[in-house]
Amino acid sequence: MIKHLRSAADLDAPTATLILDTAGEMAALAGREVKKLPTLRGRTVVNLFYEDSTRTRISFEAAAKRLSADVINFSAKGSSVSKGESLKDTALTLQAMGADAVVIRHPASGAPHRLAAWVDGSVVNAGDGTHEHPTQALLDAYTMRSRLGRLDGLRVAIVGDVLHSRVARSNVLLLTTLGAQVTLVGPPTLIPVDIAAALSPATKVSYDLDSVLPDMDVVMMLRVQTERMQDSYFPSAREYSRRYGLDLARMRKMPEHAIVMHPGPMNRGMEITPEVADSSRSTIVEQVANGVSARMAVLYLLLGGKA
Amino acid sequence: MTSYLLRGVSLLGAELRDVAIVDGRISDNAPADAEIIDAAGLVALPGLVDLHTHLREPGREDAETVETGSRSAALGGYTAVFAMANTSPVADTAGVVEQVWRLGREAGLVDVQPIGAVTVGLAGKQLAELGAMATSAANVRIFSDDGHCVADPRLMRRALEYVKAFDGIIAQHAEEPRLTEGAQMHEGEVSTRLGLTGWPAVAEEAIIARDVLLAEHVGSRLHVCHVSTAGSVEVLRQAKARGVRVTAEVTPHHLLLTDELAASYDPVYKVNPPLRTASDVEALRAALVEGVIDIVATDHAPHAVEDKECEWAYARPGMVGLETALPVVLSVLGERWDLIAERMSRTPARIAGLTGHGTDLAVGEPANLTLVDPSARRVVDPSELASRSRNTPYAGTTLPGRIVATFLRGEPTVLDGKAVK
Repeated sequence: MIKHLRSAADLDAPTATLILDTAGEMAALAGREVKKLPTLRGRTVVNLFYEDSTRTRISFEAAAKRLSADVINFSAKGSSVSKGESLKDTALTLQAMGADAVVIRHPASGAPHRLAAWVDGSVVNAGDGTHEHPTQALLDAYTMRSRLGRLDGLRVAIVGDVLHSRVARSNVLLLTTLGAQVTLVGPPTLIPVDIAAALSPATKVSYDLDSVLPDMDVVMMLRVQTERMQDSYFPSAREYSRRYGLDLARMRKMPEHAIVMHPGPMNRGMEITPEVADSSRSTIVEQVANGVSARMAVLYLLLGGKA
Repeated sequence: MTSYLLRGVSLLGAELRDVAIVDGRISDNAPADAEIIDAAGLVALPGLVDLHTHLREPGREDAETVETGSRSAALGGYTAVFAMANTSPVADTAGVVEQVWRLGREAGLVDVQPIGAVTVGLAGKQLAELGAMATSAANVRIFSDDGHCVADPRLMRRALEYVKAFDGIIAQHAEEPRLTEGAQMHEGEVSTRLGLTGWPAVAEEAIIARDVLLAEHVGSRLHVCHVSTAGSVEVLRQAKARGVRVTAEVTPHHLLLTDELAASYDPVYKVNPPLRTASDVEALRAALVEGVIDIVATDHAPHAVEDKECEWAYARPGMVGLETALPVVLSVLGERWDLIAERMSRTPARIAGLTGHGTDLAVGEPANLTLVDPSARRVVDPSELASRSRNTPYAGTTLPGRIVATFLRGEPTVLDGKAVK
């Protein structure tokens, strides 16, 4: 088993599949009266969060607790290089406390890579800057597989602000590893340069959502921050919604079986209308539940081999 | 003062001969009491001249001082370095440039020539007192806001024109600031994969294109700092073909390293302009050989440990380079000694109007020279650097060539590979 999960690229197909299978076993546990496994008893998992992200932190916390680990929440928001402790000093502190795993959310891309050089325990990337969010990709893949029965050959559109999205990068890497065909959709200003060469040569890019929808099994909408229009990535929220938002009319262009996903938090009315978000095709609430199972599987497999 | 006899030295890799140093100058015969230096196997180069050094004093003496930077330079084979103006306070007045110049004289290891800021506080709003710096004891001729681009086209035009009065030259850090807001590394495949904000090549090329046109329009000299892209080379090639008075430099690291190194997220590889692609490196090497790029300049940029031992986005950009510049150039160009002398000594001295440096070892010339053992190989160990900082990207790399001795006006600053003081 790998030691760290810093990027979805750390996972080859057998490892990723093992995590998804394990997540399935963890999900079965959620139906039981006693939801706890003793596996990580006596082990310490630190949630080191440099950004507010209640949903991700709670998800990791629930995952670690269901595995009987001791959980320490370290909210480091506001501490930066100029004020407060450096990441290295924080890492050495956690190291001294005997952290077996550090789950890190950080505004700077690559912070988990730096952290891994300074601690002996496992590092799990819970979102770093505009880089990656690999456990989100795992829970998304798990959700797709649960709903559609497979990943190999699945056609997935990821729509919106790909440039600033860590979810998109991790999803492209993981889905491609597992045999899915990914199409990135958005205005050209929000599609990063050389994306196919950077992540996977099979990745397709389209600027036209309507032409893509009829061929998709999964349409994943990304959060788009309205502030992006201040930087001229697009002219207005209204124009963005008109060209790239998912509403009922567009959803009807999708095949009958196709599902709608969103990593949350949503901007209802911006990239997705409430009718679509709340429809039976939407997996948004399921994704949250699956997040705990996927993160349990990751912690279980990263830490389970030891002690 | 002591006389020296360099026995059996190879001048620029050519004929072996004895070279005498008497009263600080090259002489045709040595007195009987001359100290004999066995120079068998060593190549003599005119002392290297660096047009782009950050010595950090005043202001960041924890990262480097004029003295430690001078020692680093001497160990790298340099006899003159030009100290960039982005100190604290900024070198934008006669007082500050004279202070730096005096500190250089006191250290006595290389000639430290201050570069003056183009604009007050490097703020890009108002011209600094360029004339006062030019007529100061520091005798400033190169002006640069390095670290910042003189982005305002009208201000750049005025600066180019104004320094004609004393044959000054503007050294531009070519970076269109609106295109590089938040930029962390070269914009391309690797930045996309790493999720780091891109620094597009066009941000450099657009400013160089504008500036060569401005320099042409007002008939002034322009020097372009640390050229990093293949596109910039093409802009320079066209401008030179038209007769624009433009010169350009490239750093050793842009001749050797690529953006793939950022994949480690280790900020020792963070530099501005950023490391580019392999095809840019190839174009820069060809341009240096051809002369489209005139010189190698180090952009020696020392940084304290805490400014590099952190997240990539929070780290300061820059690499130390004085002690590894010649070995890197040797590894890139091979033992083309005359070309190396041209790109690292003669031409930089000529661009700067610096007399007494960049001259070949002819009788009567000041004895500013360095002796290199081209057969030696060295594994770079950051802890062995004389610089106060350790941010070298070459840790663990084996590089060819060892600087055995350096002479500044006939006085050894380095002997047996060690600084004399």
